[in-house]
Amino acid sequence: MTDLVEQDVAAVTPSPASSTPPKSRLRGEAFARRLRARHAAERRFRLAGAAAVALAALILVLLLGSIVAKGASAFLEARIRLEVTLDPAEVADRNYNGLLRRALYAHFPQVTDRAGRRVLNDLLSSGAPYELEAMVAKDPALVGTTQTVWVRADDQIDQLVKGGYRRDLPESERGLSDAKVAAADALLASGALAQGFNTTLFTAGDSREPEQAGIGGAIVGSLLTLLVTMALSVPVGISAAVYLEEFAPKNRWTDLIEVNINNLAAVPSIIFGLLGLAVFLGFFGMPRSAPLVGGLVMALMTLPVIIIASRVALKAVPPSIREAALGIGASPLQTVLHHVLPLAMPGILTGTIIGMARALGETAPLLMIGMVAFIVDIPHGLTDSATVLPVQIYMWADSPERAFTERTSAAILILLGVLILLNGAAVILRKIFERRW
Amino acid sequence: MTTRTHVFAATAPALTLALALGLATAPASAQSRDQIRAVGSSTVFPFTTAVAEAFGKTGKFKTPVVESTGTGGGLKLFCAGVGPAHPDIANASRRIKKSEVDQCAANGVTTITELKIGYDGIALASSRKAAPVSLSTVVLWKALAKEVPVNGALVANPYRLWSDIDPSLPKAAIEVLGPPPTSGTRDTFNELAMLEGCRKVAEVAKVVPDEKARERACMTIREDGAYVEAGENDNLIVQKLAANPNAFGVFGYSYLDQNRDTLQAAKMDGVDLTAETVAAGKYELARPLYIYVKNAHAGVIPGIREFIGEYTSERALGDDGYLVDKGLIPEPKALREAARVEAVNLTPLQF
Repeated sequence: MTDLVEQDVAAVTPSPASSTPPKSRLRGEAFARRLRARHAAERRFRLAGAAAVALAALILVLLLGSIVAKGASAFLEARIRLEVTLDPAEVADRNYNGLLRRALYAHFPQVTDRAGRRVLNDLLSSGAPYELEAMVAKDPALVGTTQTVWVRADDQIDQLVKGGYRRDLPESERGLSDAKVAAADALLASGALAQGFNTTLFTAGDSREPEQAGIGGAIVGSLLTLLVTMALSVPVGISAAVYLEEFAPKNRWTDLIEVNINNLAAVPSIIFGLLGLAVFLGFFGMPRSAPLVGGLVMALMTLPVIIIASRVALKAVPPSIREAALGIGASPLQTVLHHVLPLAMPGILTGTIIGMARALGETAPLLMIGMVAFIVDIPHGLTDSATVLPVQIYMWADSPERAFTERTSAAILILLGVLILLNGAAVILRKIFERRW
Repeated sequence: MTTRTHVFAATAPALTLALALGLATAPASAQSRDQIRAVGSSTVFPFTTAVAEAFGKTGKFKTPVVESTGTGGGLKLFCAGVGPAHPDIANASRRIKKSEVDQCAANGVTTITELKIGYDGIALASSRKAAPVSLSTVVLWKALAKEVPVNGALVANPYRLWSDIDPSLPKAAIEVLGPPPTSGTRDTFNELAMLEGCRKVAEVAKVVPDEKARERACMTIREDGAYVEAGENDNLIVQKLAANPNAFGVFGYSYLDQNRDTLQAAKMDGVDLTAETVAAGKYELARPLYIYVKNAHAGVIPGIREFIGEYTSERALGDDGYLVDKGLIPEPKALREAARVEAVNLTPLQF
C-alpha cells in the first residue's frame, strides 16, 4: 500500500529531465491517465454515496416534518368555559346535557330561538355531559354549587380554532356554517373558548367523535400484547439459541432446523396471522380480538429473530472463555449460565428489543385475529377485546372526519417516540454491557 | 451478574409453563361473552361504530366491538355458526344473497333479522377547481367498460376523452379513481353504474345475446389506465383529485359530505346528489344498507335487543340523528317506523 502511494507521488511530480523518454512504465502517459481515471472513479463513488445519504436524510426530514406539521396541533384541544349550576333535581335526573346547555346559553343572552340554540348546542362535544357526570361522581359535594368547568368543544370547533377551516370560502363550500363560526368567534373573543393540553388523546379509548378519541385503549392493548409476546418468545428463543449453539450436535437435523429458523424470519407477517386464526381461534377456541392471541401470534413472529440474534451473540463469545471454564472443572451448564450467557447478553438484549419493536409496529397478523376493530372500552385483561397502536393509526387514517387526520399524525408521533425509546434502550444496554476482546 | 442469570434460568421455564397453562384454560373463557360483536361492510362500519359508542355510553352494557371485514367476509363469519365464538351482527352494504342464507342455515343459523338502516349514495366527484358536469350511467359505462359495441361488434374501448362519448362533455382525458375489486363500494359501483348504464345501451343486447356473458361484459372495467384502482383509502383519493382537476373519484356519500369544500359531485342524469334525491330514489347511484342480527343470540349475549333499539331510535336514525351527521341517508319516517317495529321484535327474515 505504501509502495503504491510513493509511486503515485513520483508519477505526478514532473520528471527532472523532460527531454529523456520515460524509462519506468510508472512514469508513462498511459499510467497517468489510468491513475486519473481511478481517482475520478473514487470521487464519483464518494459523491454518489454522499448523495444517497443526503437523499435518505432529506426524505426522512420531509416525512417527519410533514407528520409533525400535521400532528403537532392534535396535542392541544379546544375547550369551552361554562359556569354550570349543579341543580340537585337536574343532577338526580342525570340531565347533565341540559345543565351544560343552559350554561352555554348564558354566554349568548341574545339567542332565544330554537334554530339559534341548536347551533349553540353543536358547539359542545357530545361527550361533554359525560365529563360533567364523571366530575360529579368523583365529588358529590359539588351538587348544588356553581362551578366553572372547561368542557370539550365539538371537533369542528376544535378544527376552526386551529385554523382547519378556510374562513374566506362561502358557507356552502366551507363545511361549517357561518352561524357556528360567529358563535365560536364570540366565545374566542370573550376568552371562554381556549386551547389546552389534550389529555383525552392519552387517556381515552377509541371513539367515532374525534374530540373524544384517544389512544389509551390502544396503548394498554399494545402493552398487554407485548407482555404475552415477551413472556413467550424471550425464554423460548434464548433457550433454543443456547441449546442449538452450545449443546446440540452438528448433524443433518440441526442443519435442517437452522435453515427453517432462517426461513421463518423472512416469512411475511400476515402468514402468522393466518396461522393464529387457524390454530388459536379455530383449534383452541380462544376469543377473537384478545391480546392473548395477538401476543401469541407476535411471539411466533419474533421467535426466529430472537433465536438468530441470540445465536450470533453466543457465537461471538470467544471459545477461550468456555475452555477456561471447562478447564477449571465447570460443568457445561455452569459454563453456559455463569460465563457464556452473561457475556452474550448485550447482543441477545439488542436482538430481543428489535424483535419487540417490530412486534409493536405490526398490524398485518392482527387483521386475521380480529384485533383490527373498533373498540371503545379500555381492556383490563388478556382476554378482553383490544386493539394496538398501529391498528389505531390505521383506523383513524381511514376515518372521514378531518380532525382525525391530525390525531392520526399525533398517534404516529407517539408510536415513533416509543420505538425510538426502545431502540435507544437497545443501544444503551449494548454500551453498558458490551465487552471488547 | 451470575446470580441474576440464575434467576433468569429459573424463571424462564416457569413463565413458559404459566403461559402454556393459560393456553390450556383459554377455551373456557371463550364459552361466554358479555360484549356484542359485529362484523362486515366497511361502508356500514362508521354507522355501526357510532351506534355502538352511544350504546356503550348508556352504561348498562359493554361497548360492542365492531370489525370491518367487508360485506362478504362479514356474512361468512356471521353464518359460520351459533355460539359465543361467532359474531352476533353482520353489517352489509347489499342485501344478503340466497346462497348466504343457505350457508347460514346449513351452519344452524336459521333465523336472522334484517334491518334496512338507510342509504349510502355513491358519488362521482371531482375537484372544486374543475367545471361542474352532468354525467349519466350510460356515459359512465361507455367511459369505463373494457369493450363497447361499435358498428355491431364489441371492440376494445376506443374512447379516450369524455367528449368522444358526448360532445357536450369536457375535452379531457377519461380518468376515474375508484376502489379495487375487493371493495364493497366497487361491487355497488359495478351494479348501480356499470350494469345499469350497460342495460340502457340497446346495442349491447344485440351484440351479446347470452345474458350471463352480457352481464360479465357489462361489468368488466377497462384496464388501459382510464380507471385507476386507488385502494380503499378514500382520503388518498381526495388528495389525488385535488392534484388533478380533470379526474373523477368514486366515493361513498359520507366522504363527499365531509369534503364538500374540496370536492363536488357530478350530477347523474341531471340529478344532484343530496340526501333528498337519494331518499326519493331519484339519484341513481344510491344503495340501501343493512344489518343482520342472529336471533339465536338475543337473550344469550346481553343487550342485543337494546342495541337494535338504539340503532333504530330517532336520535340515531331520525332526520337530525347522529347517523345522519355521519353521512347516512335515512328512509322516510313511515318506513323507518315500520322497520323499527320489525327489527326490535326480531321478525325473522323470509327469503
